[in-house]
Amino acid sequence: MKRKKTPHWLPGFLVLLPSIGLIFYFVYVLLFQNFLLSTTNRKGINSTGESVGFENYAQLVIEDRFQNSMQNLLIFTIAFIGGTMLIGLTMAILLERGIKGEGFFRSAFIFPMALSFIASGLVWGFLMNPTTDANAGGLNWLLQRIGLGSLQNPWWQANTWGMAALALPAIWMFAGYIMALFLAGFRGIPDDVREAARIDGANEFQIYTKILFPLLGPAALSALVILGHISVKVFDLVVAVSFKQYRTETPAVYMWVTTFDATNFGKGAAIASILLIVTAVIVVPYLVSVYKGEQQK
Amino acid sequence: MFSTRKIAGVSLALAIALAGCSSGGSDSSGSTDSGSSSGGSSSAAPSGEVEVFSWWASGGEAEGLAALVDSFQEQCPDVEFVNATVAGGAGFNAKAVLVSRLEAGTPPDSFQAHAGKELLSYIEAGQLEPVNFIYEEAGLYDAFTADLIEQVTYTDGNIYSVPVNIHRSNLIWWNPKVASELGITPPTTLDELFTALDVVKAAGATGIGLGTAWAQVHLLESVLLSVLGVDDYNKLHIKGEGEAVWASAKTTEALEAYARLLTYANADADGIDWAPAAQLVLDGQAGFTVMGDWSDAQFLSQGLTPNVDYAWAPFPGTAGVYMWLSDSFTLSNNAPNRDASICWLKAAGSQAGQDAFNPKKGSIPARIDSNEALYGEYLQTALADWKTDKLAGSFAHGTVATNAAQSELQTVVSEFKSKGATDIADFQAKLAAAALAE
Repeated sequence: MKRKKTPHWLPGFLVLLPSIGLIFYFVYVLLFQNFLLSTTNRKGINSTGESVGFENYAQLVIEDRFQNSMQNLLIFTIAFIGGTMLIGLTMAILLERGIKGEGFFRSAFIFPMALSFIASGLVWGFLMNPTTDANAGGLNWLLQRIGLGSLQNPWWQANTWGMAALALPAIWMFAGYIMALFLAGFRGIPDDVREAARIDGANEFQIYTKILFPLLGPAALSALVILGHISVKVFDLVVAVSFKQYRTETPAVYMWVTTFDATNFGKGAAIASILLIVTAVIVVPYLVSVYKGEQQK
Repeated sequence: MFSTRKIAGVSLALAIALAGCSSGGSDSSGSTDSGSSSGGSSSAAPSGEVEVFSWWASGGEAEGLAALVDSFQEQCPDVEFVNATVAGGAGFNAKAVLVSRLEAGTPPDSFQAHAGKELLSYIEAGQLEPVNFIYEEAGLYDAFTADLIEQVTYTDGNIYSVPVNIHRSNLIWWNPKVASELGITPPTTLDELFTALDVVKAAGATGIGLGTAWAQVHLLESVLLSVLGVDDYNKLHIKGEGEAVWASAKTTEALEAYARLLTYANADADGIDWAPAAQLVLDGQAGFTVMGDWSDAQFLSQGLTPNVDYAWAPFPGTAGVYMWLSDSFTLSNNAPNRDASICWLKAAGSQAGQDAFNPKKGSIPARIDSNEALYGEYLQTALADWKTDKLAGSFAHGTVATNAAQSELQTVVSEFKSKGATDIADFQAKLAAAALAE
């Protein structure tokens, strides 16, 4: 009796099938539905809207409130990514030199990442109290106590640049994670490379700038992409620190308010679609480069 | 390449999806036709669970709800009360959760909504069953004032909710000890208020304890009422009449006064809710705060004594007007347990239920036959005012604003403040559009 041989890819495919099905429906079908919704004027609970084409998008692009939310997001992203990368890299360089108690510091620095944005947002909300001088609390009080009273500021309640202060909790949370990424990157560089450089007469500074940093490229790229997509979607941190208000409104918060508070589902879906596009702009080139990298191996 | 973590994640997602399906099946095909026409409640004693959705999570609000539930359990002993509370002042988190549940077709049996325009969002969505039959069966038509019945009756002649209380929004609170130290007498006009605020400021304290966006809308509506007067104020929310009032010079004057009041506010106003803002007054750090009478319940639950630790008056220039809002409960279309929900609504409308709830909640009962002896010092004055005052509806709390309008107003007000509170003309135009949003 002749037995038909199972194709070698079949068992793997069958195991993957449930997750392919779930991801197909819960990600791609729903993405498509969201896009369809964004081209309607659906407003009000359980209402049916009519198709309005790209009108929601056209209105959003020229709207002051949407521009404000994009500007807030931009300031937040620059502060968040810049601050996290800088502090993470600094901590990684310090730990990489093999100081005593490295394990302790590593855990201590990574630990804040275990908190949720809501929990740390609440605490940082108290810390970043904008009252100054006699009534000051939180960081402003601390600054006074250490003789830096002139640095007191309204934190996130400052106009325009307040969003940079809102990035502080996020920096605090993710700097340790970036440190770990870079530390792993440093550890992946063989000692031979450094020794060769020393023999060739490079000083410590040159070893970092000419040898180690270029080799950290892949780690830095991963870090950028991870931070970038967290930043674009930031919602819970903003709401935990400042509730929902114009001053700190990011596109994700705007989407939420429009959809669930004002029940303007069409417009909310349009904001969500724009957010998806912005995230894709960050993530897709990364995925492409990773894919190409794997192909070459 | 398929790690165990991913498999665990997928099975979790599957479990969640299945759970969602099992409770999400029912659609609008259920009991929609069992409304007012065929209506009425079945004669058998209801049993099972009743899920009631509200935003009463802390302080006097939670105590009031607990007292109301006790009364409900006496009246409907076989029904188990399921408390679906989502915390957040003025329902600013709860309403979003409610929207997602209604959209998913899994409504609670009964949910809290402010009587008035806020209910419109749900009525027009077909989410509510008329409760006229409950009013008839429980005698509520005679228990509420004619005014209130008129306010909760919709254009189709139906009533869609049972009010449990009446709150007052246009109140100003202060600390009598601080006031007597500074020689301040209670202000009765806006000018007197500004004079008093200057005295407070000169003494090195904050003028007005203010909270985040919705509390700013709350302050604004009192200022509008004060400057416009009750007749013009009551036109603000009516399409066709409101536009002219919003564009008037009087409104500009009111907004200028509001902008000036903001200059006396605490620096962290945008970052705190109403209770910490009121606390500034109790602690002597701020002169006044403008907030509804749930403040009274909050202060009492802190063990404070009225007229010793705190005092109140109608917002300057609004004496004789009761800016009201009313918490009410609805009967969801397709309520999973309709009979139990009806029993809950009858308990919520009953004298026993309202007299249990309101003294703790810090509001007066919607019923006129309540036992007034149960109510505290502030509420005695409120009961007296409610009988004589003219009525004005609150924007901040949904009496005259849809959910969309409330959300838009909060955005406009927080935008105005975050941009330095200077561009009055822009503010005025945006407010008009926001207030009339549907």
